[in-house]
Amino acid sequence: MFKKIDRNKLIFFGGLIGFYLVIQVLQLMGIVTSFLSTILSMGTVLAIVSLGLNLIYGFNGQFSLGQWGFYAIGAYSAADITYRWSNNQDTSALLVLLFSVILVGGAIMILYRTLSRLRGLDALSAFVIYLLATFGFVFLSIKLGGLLTPAMNSALGALPEWLSFTIVYILAVLIAGLVAAEISFLFGLPVLTLGSDYFGIATLGFSIIVKVLLDNSDTLLGFEEMKGARGMIGIPKVDDWGWFAVFAFFMIVVVVTRNLLHSSFGRAIISVREDEIAAKAMGIDVGFYKTLTFVIGSLFAGLAGGLYAHVNAFLHPDTFNFIRSFDPLIVVVLGGLGSMTGTIFASYAYLLVVEWLLRQILPPGFENWRFVVFPVILLIMMLLKPNGLFGNFEMPFLRQLLPPLKKKPAAEAAAAPQEAAQ
Amino acid sequence: MNSTHTFLSTPPFIESLIKKKILGKLMLILLAAVVVWRMGTALVENPSLFLQQVINGLQLGFVYALIALGYTMVYGIVRLINFAHGDVFMVGAFMSFYAISRLQLHTWPSKLFPNMNSMLSVGIGSITVVILSMIVCALMAITIERVAYKPLRSAARISALITAIGVSFFLEYFGALPFVFSANYITYKRPFEVTTWVANGEGVQTLARGIEVPANSVIFSNIAVLIIVASIILMVLLQYTVTRTKIGKAMRAVAYDKQTAQLMGINVNMIISITFAIGAALAGAAGMLYAIAFPQVVFWMGIIPGLKSFVAAVLGGIGSIPGALVGALIMGQAETLSAAYISTPMRDAIAFSILIIVLLVRPTGIFGEATREKA
Repeated sequence: MFKKIDRNKLIFFGGLIGFYLVIQVLQLMGIVTSFLSTILSMGTVLAIVSLGLNLIYGFNGQFSLGQWGFYAIGAYSAADITYRWSNNQDTSALLVLLFSVILVGGAIMILYRTLSRLRGLDALSAFVIYLLATFGFVFLSIKLGGLLTPAMNSALGALPEWLSFTIVYILAVLIAGLVAAEISFLFGLPVLTLGSDYFGIATLGFSIIVKVLLDNSDTLLGFEEMKGARGMIGIPKVDDWGWFAVFAFFMIVVVVTRNLLHSSFGRAIISVREDEIAAKAMGIDVGFYKTLTFVIGSLFAGLAGGLYAHVNAFLHPDTFNFIRSFDPLIVVVLGGLGSMTGTIFASYAYLLVVEWLLRQILPPGFENWRFVVFPVILLIMMLLKPNGLFGNFEMPFLRQLLPPLKKKPAAEAAAAPQEAAQ
Repeated sequence: MNSTHTFLSTPPFIESLIKKKILGKLMLILLAAVVVWRMGTALVENPSLFLQQVINGLQLGFVYALIALGYTMVYGIVRLINFAHGDVFMVGAFMSFYAISRLQLHTWPSKLFPNMNSMLSVGIGSITVVILSMIVCALMAITIERVAYKPLRSAARISALITAIGVSFFLEYFGALPFVFSANYITYKRPFEVTTWVANGEGVQTLARGIEVPANSVIFSNIAVLIIVASIILMVLLQYTVTRTKIGKAMRAVAYDKQTAQLMGINVNMIISITFAIGAALAGAAGMLYAIAFPQVVFWMGIIPGLKSFVAAVLGGIGSIPGALVGALIMGQAETLSAAYISTPMRDAIAFSILIIVLLVRPTGIFGEATREKA
């Protein structure tokens, strides 16, 4: 009658929930200060971004530096939705983005099916078709959103305030993820045809383009409330249950990633990482899986951005500077490429060390030394453990149920971007 | 072929259009047409302003070229995106700043030989300063290579990339400490006086200080001349080293195949160190030239020029020396022209858009080899 509960599953979920409860109790007891709990929230957000990057780079082998750009897109789109709702009781941003996400998403899916029938269609031409469709549907949803906004305003306004805000907040975070995912699809379609390093550079360019656009969001893009390079203020802070929301999304992301990796999808993307040509010979649609991985990874980045906007309640384009875009990459490599456990631990460790531990250790007056000491720690870590803290280690629940791959010859393993998965 | 297949198959004329990749080409042609039209109208409307921007772009482009060479050489030989290179450039600028402002190194010829022609003495003094900052940068790069990159040569490439990012952070934030370079903008004292010339239909004249620039003319200063001449001299020297000398031959051999080069008796570690040193020396020179052109130094000044030069190196085809020059000139022009005619705050975005479009058309850059990557 009852399915036997897996021991690994029990340990995993028990551990996560236990961690959450311990933090909660410590918060109530005042041992975990608000500063520390903000760091923990940020660490969770960084873990979501890094899990996305780990999927793209660790499991699929696509060297992407664009994760931070999608994070920025998610943060700003979610912030815009909740800003308009909580300050002006205005659902225009919510409706327009919701409609465009649904319409463009549907259009992309239908177009993908149709276009895959056309043999020999090059990526750039396909990109033009998708772009035109996107513009058309975004225009349509702006009109549609404008029509329905007054009705929606009064409908949401009739609900109690906490309920309406919760609905708007959760929708905002989900929409943020989907916006990032759809933009990543459009961007990734032509760019994923590039070789590994060139793909990384093009995605770095994407991050920088997003940052420049955000710097001028009030003048060039015309979003007055984003206030360009002055930073966006007035975003509602989700204080009392913000940590819960962040942690809940984090758990969902972990479980979704784990299940994806344990399905045929996961085996396909790992085979693409190991050898593209061999994967193609085995009948795997390499382009499809690369695009899908990139889109899912960016979806996570967008979700994390939406969460970040409401943890911090202040967005500044400098947060999305390309220098910071190395953060998820550092976390993923430090934790061990292709290890979800490592990524999660490394993202907490990274923020705790940089923001908290070094502040505690360094004598007063030496706060500036944090960023001098941290690179040294990073260097020592990389020199001592080039494969990351956890290497290929994975928690039992997250571990892939695959027979171990044969070890590569030494020369080939050195040339490959990462070690073979166990 | 059964009936369902014929029903689903695409009409032949659409198939032929797809084969010609018509839509993508159309979009690129449209983009190119917009750019050409915008530049063309700008040229017709005010040719002197346009020429002025081109000259400014050349000045910037040659500085970028010097930095880009370091990226391209290092990438060509160890396949590493050396993110610390921009900070080596910063250190070069600071070294020349200290040599000029604190040590007064550029005045040593006039102190030793008071009767010397002032221009000659300033020239010799400035060259001393450049050589000093080149040597400092080269030594620093060798140290960085030995400490941070060499132990990871057999590890995955990404580990070395992360260490490069770490070294870059370290140099920046160590430089930002108050007793090193400090976190402030510092005004850079040029070792020589700036002379500006006006060129128009009547010929070239010296522009006296405080006089307004006459209409329909192009101004250029000895800084632009210095940057272009110095960069060309350094690049010719580099090209000569790489193509004609024994070390250059060894460098090319190592870039082509490390293991075989080792079998042929080449000291691979030494050649890699030399490559890093040459690239860093060029970056040091570029640092001084950049600081002369834009007389301000600050600890993060290397980030954006470093990034732009890296983009230039990729644009030209990473690993190729003429490619770095061409890419850097394109980046310089793109920056000044887009700032003048399209949108000033968007110029970084436009530079990267150009990179992405060029990569889509030529996936390995303009001069890049079409060989498949090994990794």
